[in-house]
Amino acid sequence: MKIVIIKYNAGNIRSVDFALQRLGISASITADPDEIRSADRIIFPGVGEASTTMSYLKEHKLDVLICDLKQPVLGICLGLQLMCTHSEEGDVDCLGIFPEKVKKFVLPINEKSKFKIPHMGWNSLSGLRTPLFNRISEEDYFYFVHSFYATTGADTAATCDYLVPFSASLQRDNYYATQFHPEKSGKVGALILENFINLKI
Amino acid sequence: MLAKRLIPCLDIRDGQTVKGVNFVNIINVGDPVELGKLYAQQGADELVFLDITATHEGRKTFVELVKRIAQNLDIPFTVGGGISELKDAEALLSAGADKISINSSAVRNPQLIDDMARNFGSQFVVVAIDAREANDYWTVTVNGGRIPTEKELFSWAKEAEDRGAGEILFTSMNHDGTKNGFANQDLAKLSEILTIPLIASGGAGTMEHFADVFTLGKADAGLAASIFHFHEIAIPDLKHYLRGKGICVR
Repeated sequence: MKIVIIKYNAGNIRSVDFALQRLGISASITADPDEIRSADRIIFPGVGEASTTMSYLKEHKLDVLICDLKQPVLGICLGLQLMCTHSEEGDVDCLGIFPEKVKKFVLPINEKSKFKIPHMGWNSLSGLRTPLFNRISEEDYFYFVHSFYATTGADTAATCDYLVPFSASLQRDNYYATQFHPEKSGKVGALILENFINLKI
Repeated sequence: MLAKRLIPCLDIRDGQTVKGVNFVNIINVGDPVELGKLYAQQGADELVFLDITATHEGRKTFVELVKRIAQNLDIPFTVGGGISELKDAEALLSAGADKISINSSAVRNPQLIDDMARNFGSQFVVVAIDAREANDYWTVTVNGGRIPTEKELFSWAKEAEDRGAGEILFTSMNHDGTKNGFANQDLAKLSEILTIPLIASGGAGTMEHFADVFTLGKADAGLAASIFHFHEIAIPDLKHYLRGKGICVR
């Protein structure tokens, strides 16, 4: 099986590769369109700023390419956000794979000491669906670090609650995405990656 | 619910783990990668690796070590020590570090926080503050607590946040190494003025101290070294204890 991690101007790409290596899976990190199109599984990770990243994707024609993929795609963190319709981070239109919008967490004045931004650390999920969450329960915790979130809707495959309920995971057709970092979420995170690789198509 | 984080801190010199008691009498407690993996298996939520090597050769060893840590560890980790330029941070980021912590270099050049946040994102930048209290005034110190500065804890922490820090790691030099508990009253005050997460450090000695730092101290994470390294507190026992106290842990 050929697994590709899309290379672009974002951090954290190597961590995903290391996580796959720990599972005994080798992946290539590439921005080459033919390589990406011919892969069996594609991972679209990322930590970074939405508008600059979108410009980069457009400039390298990766935006059209990602939207045309037919094989399973997994967006992680910024990857999930870029797969939505619009992000408040840099007020930018995104790929529009999921109909959700990406908004900034806002602290209510009276709860200042209770919540912090970014949402950083381990949180649990609810309403788990899709094979990505096979063998995973609502008791499990995943590692998040983000200041923007995707709203919830029909494509929400897991919800997390922090200040507001938001999409911790989204899925539509062959597109899967997680706001949390499976590559940094210990054993349960490794299960997510394994489930993605093992998706029946 | 967002869980309170437990963070073992590993001091590294020449690629080996050490822990200073009040920053003197350093004792070797093992290989950083093996120790890190052990902590991850036991349920540590994050790890901090602080490089206390001063030499240029040692720095190169540390970057290599960070890469090995990133390959082996499946939880997030922060690296710190001797980071004073963007290129230091860049080398650690590309080696696989999730976050870097800056301390003395940020005090000397606060603009560094802005530059790091702009280049790598706030989530990558932890500003560590070592401060010592006397007569209700917290003086920020540098060089492992040895040198007092002109800065005051609360205003400096807020400035660091405004400049783009993603997290504050506050070590009370009055409490560090004492095992008498964290600086809870001042931690709570700090937590309330910050909108970014606060990691508490200095003073952990018992499981009760961790319960206190999360309830009284309002910290988002608790960091400790020797009590974990010398097996005085096992992380699974600590989590069990905190759960029993109604504190959300993973």
